[in-house]
Amino acid sequence: MTDTSAASKPSGPLRDVWVQFRSHKGAMFGLITLSILIVAVMIGPYLWVPEKLSVAQAIKLKNQGPSFRFPLGTDQLGRDMLARMLLAGRISLAVGLVAMGIAIVFGTLIGVLAGYFRRLDGPLMRLTDMFLALPLIPLLLVMVMLFRDRIAGIIGPELGAFTLIVFAIGITSWMATARIVRGEVLTLKEREYVLAARSIGARPNRIILRHILPNVISPVMVAATLGVAEAIITESVLSFLGLGFPPDFPTWGRLLYDGLQYMQVYPERVVWPGLAISLTVLSVNYIGDGLRDALDPRIRGR
Amino acid sequence: MLTFTLRRLLLAIPILLVISLVIFLLVDLAPGSPMSEIPLTVPPDVRQRMIEALGADQPVFVRYLLWLKQFFWVEPMTLVDGWFGTTFAAGEQRILSWQSRSPVFTIIGQRIPQTLTVVGTAYLVGILIAVPIGIYSAYRQYSVFDQAGTLFAMIGFSVPTFFSGTLFIIIFAVWLGWFPTKYDTTLVVTDWDSFVQRIRQMALPVMTLGLANAAAISRYMRSSMLDNMAMDYVRTARAKGMSERVVVLRHVLRNSLIPVVTVIALGIPSIFGGAIITENLFGVNGIGAALIGAIHANDIPMVQTLAFIFAVLIVLFNLIADIIYGLLDPRIRYD
Repeated sequence: MTDTSAASKPSGPLRDVWVQFRSHKGAMFGLITLSILIVAVMIGPYLWVPEKLSVAQAIKLKNQGPSFRFPLGTDQLGRDMLARMLLAGRISLAVGLVAMGIAIVFGTLIGVLAGYFRRLDGPLMRLTDMFLALPLIPLLLVMVMLFRDRIAGIIGPELGAFTLIVFAIGITSWMATARIVRGEVLTLKEREYVLAARSIGARPNRIILRHILPNVISPVMVAATLGVAEAIITESVLSFLGLGFPPDFPTWGRLLYDGLQYMQVYPERVVWPGLAISLTVLSVNYIGDGLRDALDPRIRGR
Repeated sequence: MLTFTLRRLLLAIPILLVISLVIFLLVDLAPGSPMSEIPLTVPPDVRQRMIEALGADQPVFVRYLLWLKQFFWVEPMTLVDGWFGTTFAAGEQRILSWQSRSPVFTIIGQRIPQTLTVVGTAYLVGILIAVPIGIYSAYRQYSVFDQAGTLFAMIGFSVPTFFSGTLFIIIFAVWLGWFPTKYDTTLVVTDWDSFVQRIRQMALPVMTLGLANAAAISRYMRSSMLDNMAMDYVRTARAKGMSERVVVLRHVLRNSLIPVVTVIALGIPSIFGGAIITENLFGVNGIGAALIGAIHANDIPMVQTLAFIFAVLIVLFNLIADIIYGLLDPRIRYD
């Protein structure tokens, strides 16, 4: 079928983007750091399996400092911190990616509809304005407070918390994407090739899918990257205020929240998860910066 | 300009009404009954009378309209009464908190000074740090200072306040012991010693919020300066033989500040939101802490009112930012 060697070689425009991206030092730092973090949380839990301890043993081993047996020590219940950090990272990153996915799909949909169909423009943009004026953190807190128990009753506490938080973050952070996409679509639909497509009788959904969407991908990609960072921060804020994930299904934000009351005696329990969140967000933001420069043809090649 | 302002103000009314409805309905869905705090030993008929006394048995739309009336009519009139000794709102029912049974706006009035002192100072400190950094970074683009400033901005932008705040507590309060970990709300400044104590307890929260704000603002300041440095009028000014000082500080800075001022105005409502975390972390008894307390205690009127106040702030400052932009930049004409 397709030649795999040709597929692995970046094609022309993609290689330009990659060359420009590589020249951005911060972006490369971000890409490497994020890759290490992702690999660590993906395969880490298989490599580092914490030993099974009975309750009595675990209580005896609580609040241990870093040692060969527990590289990051143990928490107040004798659980291995390294294993918890790795698992928590998985959930934190998953929350960021899935919430961003929801926000991007929703934002692109609203943006394309508002930009392409003039009749929908007014109402959809008023809706966007309204969402932008909503006080998000208070509303997210209220939403989690309201629906946590109800959803947990239907699909279980872990999946319930995940679905609820990801969904809540997703539907409150699509506005920026929608505005960017609408602006792009408004200019794109006046181009000659769209006119040409229309004149040969292409239907709106085909024009949108084949001619308009591929051209809005670059701003959407930048928005998506920055959206991941924002979603991770929002999730950890919720966890930090005690309205996030349950303690046996932790995220980095939740670990930080749990470590907070032991902060004076065991500061490392706050520092590790905080450092992980900060590093992730920092590298994602740098990647976003690099992508923006790389995808902007005006800057490229300068 | 006036017609633009009036039109925007009129447009804000339906937006705020829809937002108030959304907030009201969302919070009203709360499964926690207002009376879940009543001990089970209270007989059912007494419990029923208590719920009726709170007005919690009325249908949703009745409560919504009553709340709207209270928010937009009774509460402002109570304020007017308090100022001028009139009796417009005498005998009217105010929005009551379910936690303390005192009017919500009285509680907010007590809490706002705490928030404003800490958050306001932090915002000012942030601006004062950010503007010079932004100016100098842009003036010496790609210099060591610029690299360091950009790195600082990126880190300050990425590290969430709950982590930077905890780090500051660990370093400055636990290890070095310079500042207290908790903010003492009851402290009254009477003499020099208590003033020093006030400064010391404000240091950590102000540093946390100030750094986050400074990082965001200095990024805008830098890019706005860079945009203007490349303009023709800058070359003209230099060609006229103006000193660098005048070129940068008078010509470029004035024009670069226009978008930055808008960004600063737009950021004001969001610092109230961001302050929720800082207030919680340092124990500042402000409106953010009040909101969290109310959410945990199922105090529905308090949550609705606070959330709506945040929304009003956002809409208001969006409008203010637009007006400032029009006033400062003569190229922008809205009519």
